[in-house]
Amino acid sequence: MTATATAREGVFASDPDSRPGPLVVSGLTVSYGRAPALIGVDLAIAPGSMTAIVGPNGAGKSTLLKAVIGVAPVVAGDIRVFGETLARVRDRVAYVPQRASVDWDFPARVIDVVTMGLYRELGPFGFVRRRHREAAMAHLDRVGMADFAQRQIGQLSGGQQQRVFLARALAQKADLYLLDEPLAGVDAATERAVVAVLHGLRAEGACIVAVHHDLATLRDYFDHVALINRRLVAQGPTAETLTAENLQRTYGGLLAGTQIGRIEIAYAARER
Amino acid sequence: MDAFLAALTLRAGYNAALVAIGAGLLGFAAGLVGNFLFLRKRSLVGDAIAHATLPGVALAFLVMVALGGDGRNLAGLLAGSAATAGIGLLAVDWIARRTRLTEDAAIGAVLSAFFGFGVVLMTVIQTLPRGRQAGLESFLLGSTAGMLYLDALIIAGGGALCVSLALLLRRPMTMVSFDPGYAQSRGIDLRAIDLAMMGLVMAVTVVGLKLVGLVLIVALLIIPPAAARFWTDRSERMLWIAGAIGAASGYVGAALSASAPDLPTGPVIVLLCFALFCVSLLLAPERGLLATALRRRAYARALARRDGLLALASRRNLSQTARRVLLADGLIGANGAATPSGVREAALAARDERRWELARTLRDADPAIAAHDGVSPVEKALTADMIAEIDRRLAEG
Ligand SMILES: Nc1ncnc2c1ncn2[C@@H]1O[C@H](COP(=O)(O)OP(=O)(O)OP(=O)(O)O)[C@@H](O)[C@H]1O
Ligand SMILES: [Mg+2]
Repeated sequence: MTATATAREGVFASDPDSRPGPLVVSGLTVSYGRAPALIGVDLAIAPGSMTAIVGPNGAGKSTLLKAVIGVAPVVAGDIRVFGETLARVRDRVAYVPQRASVDWDFPARVIDVVTMGLYRELGPFGFVRRRHREAAMAHLDRVGMADFAQRQIGQLSGGQQQRVFLARALAQKADLYLLDEPLAGVDAATERAVVAVLHGLRAEGACIVAVHHDLATLRDYFDHVALINRRLVAQGPTAETLTAENLQRTYGGLLAGTQIGRIEIAYAARER
Repeated sequence: MDAFLAALTLRAGYNAALVAIGAGLLGFAAGLVGNFLFLRKRSLVGDAIAHATLPGVALAFLVMVALGGDGRNLAGLLAGSAATAGIGLLAVDWIARRTRLTEDAAIGAVLSAFFGFGVVLMTVIQTLPRGRQAGLESFLLGSTAGMLYLDALIIAGGGALCVSLALLLRRPMTMVSFDPGYAQSRGIDLRAIDLAMMGLVMAVTVVGLKLVGLVLIVALLIIPPAAARFWTDRSERMLWIAGAIGAASGYVGAALSASAPDLPTGPVIVLLCFALFCVSLLLAPERGLLATALRRRAYARALARRDGLLALASRRNLSQTARRVLLADGLIGANGAATPSGVREAALAARDERRWELARTLRDADPAIAAHDGVSPVEKALTADMIAEIDRRLAEG
């Protein structure tokens, strides 16, 4: 499937008689200064899908997510979330950044951070009630961090901190989750736990878009993939899109041919 | 002393009582507002704002005299101070955003320029026939002397207003301080919240000008949250503690200064506040220096005791520290041999160690086991069932 064909599908998806697609990006160009970080990207995310954004370092993956939530300098293009501009559906979109840039010595416990995800539910006076605390605990439990609820946020390991920020995103009960490398630097057990949470969200009907670097696990975790390197290289169902040719076009000389070959062989072996 | 007690218990006259209550409210407001300034790491902006009020006070005086008034109307003076403080604030904001200078450089420049201008104007005022008795110097260090009923009312009312606004905005201000990017992604307008925060700082400064003085008002914004940080790891609690410290300093300081009119009010309030800071720094149970040191010592001692008991159980040589600890606890005699209770404790410790060892190999993913501190008995982390299971396996060998 070519990029333009899928983008057209996205346009069809916003027909009045069908549900508008969760995320449709057309002609997106983003520039922080001189060289643009993204050029003319068309992307359509299917409802209820779990899509990996894949590409080399500096490809503009984080920039793409930031553009969707409106914190990257968009030069041209259009972004529709559930058929609307972001401002009108902000609460349906949850975002977890690649690296949280927070003050780690801030007087906040793990549970307080998750409660921030409930911000919109607290009412005009911002009272945290028992049901809010219980909801926050349930989300922490989902990412396996309930035992750490009372810890000050800085007193956690990097992987634990990442899970807390995932729980904060869960608390928002969004319909579209934008996750920037949720599986970077976590151990095998945590990776399984996080993937289980994400698959659970998908089963509940949410749509997930996550930046992912590990080509070896891509097919197991994600049903769709978008390959980008400043431009969109290809997008579609993982099995069809993740070809040696597309990977070569995405990574160029950065990913040695032998490496792609190895991944291909691994997949072939598993499918047999 | 009697005068002080009378002032403290609001029996030193109606005006003094109102001033004390006003100062308490002002301190409360300063603690709350300063708390967010502290969490946002912008405490010194408060200093720039405070110093930028001086030219406003002087200009307002000159304008009121020129219009035929006597120039001492507090509301008028405060309005003037708010005007130049606002200009100073915008100047800091503009320099930090539009040039490559960082905010602290902008603060330094604006603070000194505005304060210098204010001092020049004050000198001019001193040469005027009306100027000498105007008492504008009291705006530098604060005073309760000669405060009118209306003045006290302005302070109390303004303080109450700042308190309500700070409480109403506490969630978005906390979120912006902790994680601005996330706050923005939830639709919080960063600039609006930051401006509101600075607006509150300005309001507290202006309201507190007469009482605390512009030189020291920033202390009332910074010290309460800095002290409160020692007491808790929760922003919600920190907010109230900071407010309480500010309120106590303001109330007691105003009472003290009312009973000894020669003392300038601002320094008295700030010194009280600083005393509370020192108490917090040393004695706060959560993060205070003493509690931290005691916890470390207790843990080191428990480790040494454990180490000594295990050495007794396996008949190894005791380390110097272990020997001292065991001796002090009556677990060994002066000759180094275990007392009866020492023998018993050593056996228990050895069993506990074997249980932990097995527990670690059995359930290494359990955070309760992974978090073992090397001292606590296994009963603290595991249920009776789990311990029974471990003992069964130990018995099997
Ligand atoms: N705030 C910024 N200011 C200027 N340039 C930026 C900024 N953020 C990113 N860039 C540039 O934009 C390009 C894309 O960055 P982006 O963070 O989107 O890459 P990425 O695909 O997420 O990479 P990685 O895999 O390393 O996370 C890079 O060349 C980067 O240098
Ligand atoms: Mg990135």
